[in-house]
Amino acid sequence: MSGIGAMFAAAFGLGVLAWWLGRRKALAFVAAPGGDRIGAVHSLPQYHGAFVAILALLPALVVLAFWGLAGNGLVAAEVLAGLPEGTRPQPGLDQAAFLSEVRGLVRGDYAAAFNPVAEGAAKAWVAVERRYAILFGVAALAVGLMGALWGWTRLRPDFRARSRVERLVMGLLILASLVATLTTFGIVLSLIFESFRFFQMVPITEFLFGLNWSPQTAIRADQVGSSGAFGAVPLFWGTVFIGAIIAMIVAIPLGLMTAIYLTQYSAAGFRKVAKPVLEVLAGVPTVVYGFFAALTVAPAVRDFALSIGISDASSESALAAGMVMGVMIIPFVSSMADDALAAVPASMRDGSLAMGATPSETIRKVLIPAALPGIVGGVLLAVSRAIGETMIVVMAAGMAANLTANPFNSVTTVTAQIVALLTGDQEFDSAKTLSAFALGLVLFLVTLALNIFALSVVKKYREAYD
Amino acid sequence: MNQMSMDVGTALGSSEAVADAAPKMTARNVAVSYGATQALRGVSIDVSTENVTAFIGPSGCGKSTFLRCLNRMNDTVASARVTGEIQLDGKDIYAPDMDVVQLRARVGMVFQKPNPFPKSIYENVAYGPRIHGLARSKADLDGVVEQSLRRAGLWDEVKDRLADSGTALSGGQQQRLCIARAIAVNPEVILMDEPASALDPIATAKIEELIDELRGKYAIVIVTHNMQQAARVSQKTAFFHLGSLVEYGDTREIFTNPREPRTKDYITGRYG
Repeated sequence: MSGIGAMFAAAFGLGVLAWWLGRRKALAFVAAPGGDRIGAVHSLPQYHGAFVAILALLPALVVLAFWGLAGNGLVAAEVLAGLPEGTRPQPGLDQAAFLSEVRGLVRGDYAAAFNPVAEGAAKAWVAVERRYAILFGVAALAVGLMGALWGWTRLRPDFRARSRVERLVMGLLILASLVATLTTFGIVLSLIFESFRFFQMVPITEFLFGLNWSPQTAIRADQVGSSGAFGAVPLFWGTVFIGAIIAMIVAIPLGLMTAIYLTQYSAAGFRKVAKPVLEVLAGVPTVVYGFFAALTVAPAVRDFALSIGISDASSESALAAGMVMGVMIIPFVSSMADDALAAVPASMRDGSLAMGATPSETIRKVLIPAALPGIVGGVLLAVSRAIGETMIVVMAAGMAANLTANPFNSVTTVTAQIVALLTGDQEFDSAKTLSAFALGLVLFLVTLALNIFALSVVKKYREAYD
Repeated sequence: MNQMSMDVGTALGSSEAVADAAPKMTARNVAVSYGATQALRGVSIDVSTENVTAFIGPSGCGKSTFLRCLNRMNDTVASARVTGEIQLDGKDIYAPDMDVVQLRARVGMVFQKPNPFPKSIYENVAYGPRIHGLARSKADLDGVVEQSLRRAGLWDEVKDRLADSGTALSGGQQQRLCIARAIAVNPEVILMDEPASALDPIATAKIEELIDELRGKYAIVIVTHNMQQAARVSQKTAFFHLGSLVEYGDTREIFTNPREPRTKDYITGRYG
């Protein structure tokens, strides 16, 4: 793919030239008698220039992009076709290894080839690639020139170059936003596709309702413990237990009280400092919370459990992971609750205070009920974040899929299992690895539903006070 | 006397000011500042149960600021400083031993924009009695709610839907609900800060009627932009201008025979 950088540079050069020519033609319209009246020439000269430049650049870039994406394949196909019959590698792994060796030789990574056929193929590769490069370079230049010429001939004083350029800018912005949307869409599709493959091996009812999680697949048929169990209920329970129960028991009261203090009691100056500081806390990498949970909190929790006579306390516990996750979520809850409380009109608060209610009565009986939908929405968003959180549970909750309500025991979560299933060398067609996609799909659907529901609650509430 | 003041003159209510038994609230030499800005200075006024007192004056003249001193709502503004003396039944309301919660139970307030709580109609009215422990039983509370809604002239309109949200009522009904809410704790003084300025003429007429009915039961102070309204509902009028009290006297006197030229100019529409 040598020279593609130079080709892009040439295309941009062509664009600049087209811009200059278009602008020059439009400047002539303006300079003509009567051309300087407003409206005599519809668009400013630089829009005419931009219009011609776009018509030159776009087709050229499309051709070059095609070359960049498909060029390797084209060259490889031709090189393989040119090999003498009999020395041609088999399609598949063999062919891939051969091509990789050829490319290595071309780049100069290898001083000599293992495969004598590759030596010849490398020379062929260089020649074929050069030919294609020239072909595509000339093609790009040609379509660019044609575009520019066509655009240039269309320029008239009343030609609406500005509207066309603006429309193109809009198109570009739409394209940019589509990238993110389509990527997400693609990820979801791949999740669904791989999950479907998994459900062909393991029945969906066993996955959703089975109580035993032991993701093993046999390498040999006669292996001990060759049958895996893919009942994900212990994982779902572990996720809910840590993320939605223990973490929320920590985060909701502390977050809510923080928000109440900041919105109702603290001095304006303190709030101005404390609120951003709290929000910075939300940006601490979760791995930092993770090792704090694993190295400090988990041993402390175990020692505490032993000291009160719980003998089977594990060194990795749901409680440790849940508490640290709760602390991590506090800024999130407090920030949402803060917004919800601040959105309650001041007249509500004044009305209650003027009735002789104390500030705490006002908060309990008027402000929190009025802000409740916003607070609930914020909590749901926090739950959806907590159940998707990975590092803390991987490091502190453990990997044992226990179905237990004892917070001192080790449990595991959906995210922790996905990590365990996909790290290391894995086959990508066994039920074990594919189950990670099914877990991911469930996690995605649950958090999506939570987010949609939470946002609709928050939105409805906002409308009520505008 | 020109045409303008004739109009206001014809709007005067039928009731004359009666002699005050004893003033309910007295203010002496009250001054308020927000930070470095002096909002109000040297205001001395008496408020009685027998007569409705109206505060009039152009925007920013300090009339609402003074009203908010009477139940210490200015306490909620951190930068506000109040000096001078305000007494309720002879007791200084800014004294250290005065409990602001009890003060506000005795001096109720109705705001410019109706601000019912996002609760049911019943709960809105029951709010005050509940926080002050005024009702011993459910039946007791029911009685207080009904009586307050009757006094506010709202009972017949809402008696079948007490469980509906207070915010679902019309603007005029919401404001009468707020008045019922204030009445429910049986206050001695009711402060009204432009209570009809957000309402249509029919709802406004109802509020004005209501104020007239409540006269004699509560000491009522009303701030208004609308001079006809002041003339219709009040027996005493205080005219504020640029942070000071220009003239205070019987409403009939203020509107037909003002002593101060500034009062006359305002009433006849020269400015404001």
